[in-house]
Amino acid sequence: MNVFRKTIFAATCVGSLVVAAAPAHAQTTLRVVMHSDLKILDPIWTTAYIVRNHGYMVYDTLLAQDEKGEIKPQMVEKYDTSADKKTYTFTLREGLLWHDGKPVTSEDCIASIKRWAVKDSLGQKMMTFVASIDAVDAKTFTINLKEPTGLVLLGLSKPSSNVPFMMPKRVADTDPNKQIEDFTGSGPFVLVKDEWKPGDKTVYVKFDKYKPRSEPASGLAGGKVAKVDRVEWRAISDAQQAVNALSKGEIDFIEAPSHDLLPTLKKDPNVNIVVSPLAKLQYVFRPNTLHKPFDNPKVRHALWYAFNQEDFLMATIGDENYIRPCKALFICDTPFATTKGMDGLLTSNAKKAQELLKEAGYDGTPVLLMHSTDLKTLTNLAPVAKSLMEKAGFKVDMQSMDWQTLVARRSKKDAPEAGGWNAFLTAWVAADVMNPISTAYVNAACDKASFGWPCDEKLEKLRDDFARETDPAKQKAISEAVQQRVIEFTPEIPVGEYIQPAAMRKNVKGYLLTAVPVLWNVEITK
Amino acid sequence: MYGYLFRRLLGTIPVMLVVAVFIFLMLRLTPSDPAAIIAGDNATTEQVAQIRSQLGLDRPMIEQFVIWSGRVLTGNFGESFFFKKTVAALIGERIEPTLSLALFTILIAVFVAVPLGVLAAHRHGSWIDRIVMGFSVLGFSVPVFVIGYLLIYLFAVYLNWLPVQGYQRISEGVGGWVQRLILPSVTLSVIYIALIARMTRTSVLEVLSEDYIRTARAKGQSERKVLFRHALRNAAVPIVTVIGLGVALLIGGVVVTESVFTIPGLGRLTVDAVLARDYPTIQAVILLFSFVYVMINLSVDMIYTILDPRIRY
Repeated sequence: MNVFRKTIFAATCVGSLVVAAAPAHAQTTLRVVMHSDLKILDPIWTTAYIVRNHGYMVYDTLLAQDEKGEIKPQMVEKYDTSADKKTYTFTLREGLLWHDGKPVTSEDCIASIKRWAVKDSLGQKMMTFVASIDAVDAKTFTINLKEPTGLVLLGLSKPSSNVPFMMPKRVADTDPNKQIEDFTGSGPFVLVKDEWKPGDKTVYVKFDKYKPRSEPASGLAGGKVAKVDRVEWRAISDAQQAVNALSKGEIDFIEAPSHDLLPTLKKDPNVNIVVSPLAKLQYVFRPNTLHKPFDNPKVRHALWYAFNQEDFLMATIGDENYIRPCKALFICDTPFATTKGMDGLLTSNAKKAQELLKEAGYDGTPVLLMHSTDLKTLTNLAPVAKSLMEKAGFKVDMQSMDWQTLVARRSKKDAPEAGGWNAFLTAWVAADVMNPISTAYVNAACDKASFGWPCDEKLEKLRDDFARETDPAKQKAISEAVQQRVIEFTPEIPVGEYIQPAAMRKNVKGYLLTAVPVLWNVEITK
Repeated sequence: MYGYLFRRLLGTIPVMLVVAVFIFLMLRLTPSDPAAIIAGDNATTEQVAQIRSQLGLDRPMIEQFVIWSGRVLTGNFGESFFFKKTVAALIGERIEPTLSLALFTILIAVFVAVPLGVLAAHRHGSWIDRIVMGFSVLGFSVPVFVIGYLLIYLFAVYLNWLPVQGYQRISEGVGGWVQRLILPSVTLSVIYIALIARMTRTSVLEVLSEDYIRTARAKGQSERKVLFRHALRNAAVPIVTVIGLGVALLIGGVVVTESVFTIPGLGRLTVDAVLARDYPTIQAVILLFSFVYVMINLSVDMIYTILDPRIRY
């Protein structure tokens, strides 16, 4: 072999080695900081939002709502409703697989719906209409109703906790009150269980065999295309440190940056702030109807005149770009939003509130108002409420505690002086409170209602009417009636909405403007 | 000495028992409910009660204590309420970052503070002494998280020399491991440098007026030998005591530092567990910390006998 040939041979060998050593394509990893650390992995067992977000990574849904809030098929190819509106037939798409490679079947979906319906309030209501859920074949099943209801489609497309995620039958057969231990889903990402380290990180990899829909992604509907190979949820609990890490490029995305740090992020040329009009939260005041003085609806009604939304929003969010004063109970700019009955309310008319308290025979019983001190977006709510209530003539005993203590205390039915409570304030993700059924604090079913335990036949009758109605126009009319009854009976008071923007590096593209954060369609460009 | 060691080890049993009873009662008597936290905002009272029953929290407190302590005696700390992992596995995952942080911190503290303290004593009353003592006061006074943020801003955000946050396991590369430990260790070591430097200065100053120091100097030994061989060695007992105390105090320090620097160690586990009212994890971590505390005290007592042969137990 002459020198030239030897050189060519050597160069070819080295070249082959280099090519062999190089990866087929560079792995892309999206590093994100979610609003909290993931400690539980069963999105049916708990309603915690972080677990719901995890659910959207790993699981898929039969139906989904697009960016306009319209219900679209997702795992199903099509669904049909019988002429009498008592039978829904769902046909699954071809090629859907679980992460273990087995096909998704009707039996899996039936078991998943049943498990979800035990835990979820909307699911429970839906099941009161259901006569049976039957598999027709491996890809088709029917939901047979005792009487027509609009809750089947509303329930199966529910965007927020509990989301009706589909699981393999062997998993969905788990007692709903026990956590699942097998995390096989059929969504666009697979959980890497060995790399799930609470307090550190949660890792997902792209599910190569996921078959996205052909339509473009829209809201939670359309093609769920995983455009990165790996997603790492990093547990950075310190808000300032998350911002520092984003600015330095140590992470790519923050789901919910603190509002007071947004001005810093806005100045960073490498960072984009993304505002989704659907990513809203609603602040609410929740009275406990079991004890004086809020056992009297007239006393509760005075609160509508005592409060105004701007004070609450400016004290907590403090930036006019992100606050949305909105009197609609079911979230402004959504299908069931209305301001009917709200004239003159939530304007801090202290004089009117005082008159109403007098008429109600309020005897000066102090209101034990629970004040949570450790969650930034909630901390200033109670002091504002106290101030406005005192101006209206209430006596207020505000007790400060951390959020977890408040959570424990609010489940107690005892009198305030025996460890119970009279009122607290919290925030709901908009997607949870967009209709009379899923809005937990509108539920007035006494002991079966949420903390505060309101008991009102009229409100329950209206909610039942809404559940029975399938015509959207009539549903809207019933929603208006629900809102008016809520004003009279006052199981809750909405004290304003705010937008929660996300922040990401400029090379992160394709983030969908949805009601809940999802990471399919997101890519990292060079 | 072996008899003493045995007696001291035996003495840890009642200490741990008292800690166990105390932490168990403290958690149960605090107004909190892990079931309500786990259930989430949409849960009904019934659902919360169901979870409470599953966790065994509806049983009488004495029954809960007997079950838990019986398990602990067999080395089973139970399963975390939240993480669906055994507490032992959780602690196992978190030990490396905390040990690494503690080791780096103590090394930095000792290697910076002891020479500084000796120097300050040697140059007693000079500007060096004043600077060291000034730094010492500052180190005591400024909270750990403030120091942390200042260092992050300077070295990570402004100069871009070091990462802002995070931890890299030693198995994933020594370079990254060291790089990510520098800022948190320096942050945490400031208070210990202050503490140890001050104590070293005082102890060495006391010793420097002794006759044997004068004799050593009269023999013509170099000042360096006088300071480090004669003075420091004889002043070592109180310094070791302070270093031992420092190691024990680190347990508190790592809680804040790990949270600021996003280090997945035992400190963060403690914070997460407390916020989530994860009783089994809190109980196990506090027991572990108490045990470490007792062992450090014992080790310090043993080191006395090496440093000062006159000390015998």
